Amino acid sequence: MTDTTIQPSDVVETDDGISLKVKLARATRRNKLRALALVAPLGIFLIIGFLWPIGAMLLRSVHAPDFGEIMHRTAVVIEAWDGEGIPDEHVFAALVEDLTQAKEEKTIGRAATRFNFSMPGTRSVFTRTGRKINSIEEGPYTEAMIEINEAWGGHEFWLNFQRLVEPYTARFYLNSVDYRIGDENEIAVQPEERQIYVKLFVRTLIMSLIITTLCIILGYPISYLLATLPLRYSNLLMILVLLPFWTSLLVRTTSWITLLQKEGVLNDIVVGIGLVADENRLQMMFNATGTVIAMVHILLPFLVLPLFSVMKTIPPSYMRAARSMGATQFTAFRRVYIPQTLPGVGAGSILVFILSIGFYITPALVGGQSGQLISNIIAYHMQRSLNWGLAAALATILLIGVLLLYWLYNKIVGVDNMKFG
Amino acid sequence: MSDKAIEGQPFVRFDKVQKSYDGEILVVKNLNLDIPQGEFVTMLGPSGSGKTTCLMMLAGFEPATHGEIFLGGQPINNVPPHKRGIGMVFQNYALFPHMSVGENLAFPLEVRGMSKDECATKVQRALDMVELGAFSNRMPAQLSGGQQQRVAVARALVFEPELILMDEPLGALDKQLREQMQYEIKHIHENLGVTVVYVTHDQSEALTMSDRIAVFNDGVVQQLSSPSDLYERPDNSFVAQFIGENNRFDGKVTSVSRGNCKVKLDSGETVEAAAINVGGKGERTTLSLRPERIEINPKSKAGRNVIKGKIEEAIYLGDHIRTRMTAGGSSDFIVKVPNTAGHTPLEEGKTVNIAWLTEDCRALDPIV
Repeated sequence: MTDTTIQPSDVVETDDGISLKVKLARATRRNKLRALALVAPLGIFLIIGFLWPIGAMLLRSVHAPDFGEIMHRTAVVIEAWDGEGIPDEHVFAALVEDLTQAKEEKTIGRAATRFNFSMPGTRSVFTRTGRKINSIEEGPYTEAMIEINEAWGGHEFWLNFQRLVEPYTARFYLNSVDYRIGDENEIAVQPEERQIYVKLFVRTLIMSLIITTLCIILGYPISYLLATLPLRYSNLLMILVLLPFWTSLLVRTTSWITLLQKEGVLNDIVVGIGLVADENRLQMMFNATGTVIAMVHILLPFLVLPLFSVMKTIPPSYMRAARSMGATQFTAFRRVYIPQTLPGVGAGSILVFILSIGFYITPALVGGQSGQLISNIIAYHMQRSLNWGLAAALATILLIGVLLLYWLYNKIVGVDNMKFG
Repeated sequence: MSDKAIEGQPFVRFDKVQKSYDGEILVVKNLNLDIPQGEFVTMLGPSGSGKTTCLMMLAGFEPATHGEIFLGGQPINNVPPHKRGIGMVFQNYALFPHMSVGENLAFPLEVRGMSKDECATKVQRALDMVELGAFSNRMPAQLSGGQQQRVAVARALVFEPELILMDEPLGALDKQLREQMQYEIKHIHENLGVTVVYVTHDQSEALTMSDRIAVFNDGVVQQLSSPSDLYERPDNSFVAQFIGENNRFDGKVTSVSRGNCKVKLDSGETVEAAAINVGGKGERTTLSLRPERIEINPKSKAGRNVIKGKIEEAIYLGDHIRTRMTAGGSSDFIVKVPNTAGHTPLEEGKTVNIAWLTEDCRALDPIV
């Protein structure tokens, strides 16, 4: 170095007096812009097709403005109600106006559905009142309404009404974990016959664990064969592993039905050879067993492929070295080979586990009653009952659960240790 | 070798061993090899010559198709690798990446059921031997190539086997480190007195380290002798060509007498050579002559063959001048002229007399 040493605090400048950082930014700007332009289509697609809908769904699990919008006049005046008895005449007057407008705009059905979710059996209160609302011409509205349907005189009915006009709510999440907002605005346990979601979450977790374990047990030897057999045999085996991948999921699932149902091929065989009496045919389909069998088959390649590519990178000299040092075949396998395959097992099993936690088609087709998973109930609320808020809450809990498990996995095993090949 | 008693037998013996992978081609053809205890034997040969296969058969990873291998007088064809008690160093070291250096070294001791304390002592001793005493807790990936190499050697030695196999252990190192490791391995061998069977395709490595070298080609041991014999007294043309630099002439034997023979070269000159591996009169032969045994413009012609040669090129290499000439029908005739005071000036294009002693020129089997 010469005596004109650059002080670390000085801004480094180029010959023309512009700071080096600025120069560098200028020089690389073109490349940065080009790179950005290249990833832009994917980025836009992801935002429009993925992030935005997911965000909207998450919002829906706490945000339910429908009822409040339809009953917007009532919503304003009911705020002042102290929750004792029933609301006063102002509220009823606003209600009549809202219902009249809703009838014209044909939105009473929607309001009725929303109300019915939180208070089952009340749908008809709205639809019937709607049909007769035009008969009310002047006040007092309170009596007139109660005359049309006596539910309007109910204290709990109005408490529920007051809760429903609020646009933001925690009730979907409470429902998702088998709680509800009680009659007196307290958090209460759902009645026993309506406690289904926690049970479903637990069942989904347990079945995913069983499926992952079975996949490891079945997939490990296949992967080992794939990685160690001579090329011409391993290629054939690889095709056999990949074949299910190239067949439609639906076809694979339905072929399991043909094989395993009560009048199916397997039952015919065991009855035919006299192993099982005709009236005791095995029930292997339309229950949890069927779901596990079909899902293991479908998810197996997701474990085999990462595991295989990790095993492929382990040179045979490790096993030879272990054996030359006096380890038996089994010891060498257990202490030298298996530890080196763990990153592949980790990658494969987390893939299988996360996929099976959200699996829908197979349990829907072969699950029967006992093989339904949480995704099936989410689909039910999306498509049938149209309780999207509850569906969104269940989906959000599932998403957070998966992220938690991933975090846990990272803590215990370390994601860096995961190898896909 | 003798067949008397077990103690009189060689430590390792290959007896008529053959090996084929596909049932059609013999990779190893009728191998007979005796290795006494404590010797450092190198299997040297081009790739595909069967040397690694022999090593794998000895280690037990490949079964011999025919013949028997003996270790300490006992046949070991049916002994699995882990019961042979042979230490092995692999080409890419094969250090277990999920275990620390210490755990790697402890592995062979643990599988033998050794106690923890005894393990620790032996591991430390082995690491000290390769000067890596402080590296016990490092992972193999944190070590340099040379350090990994030493750990691999220590691991092969830690359970005190009497026989160590090394399969091109220095192949992945750079030249300088390789030379340093050659000496280290040689010294370890001398200090411990273990028997070493070493496989390499690098002849300078083989010459540096070995007591004896088995030159492999085409599944057959071409010659088994000490490094100096191999270089100075090759038995056949393959060995002469494979080991070191070599000039060759092709010609026909005109007469054989008292261990020498007269050969008429294809270029017309007649020279005398030591008859090592030749047929009778009229048979073709290939003469082998080392470049450093040739004199240019000799003072005396007694006991020497002299022919004419034209200097094509002279390359100055400091200690000697490498001179390429046209002589005896070859345009690639190399002479190493020592850079002594007053050596013959080497002018390109000039014709000079070149001479060598009869015993330095060996008449061997003809190369077709």
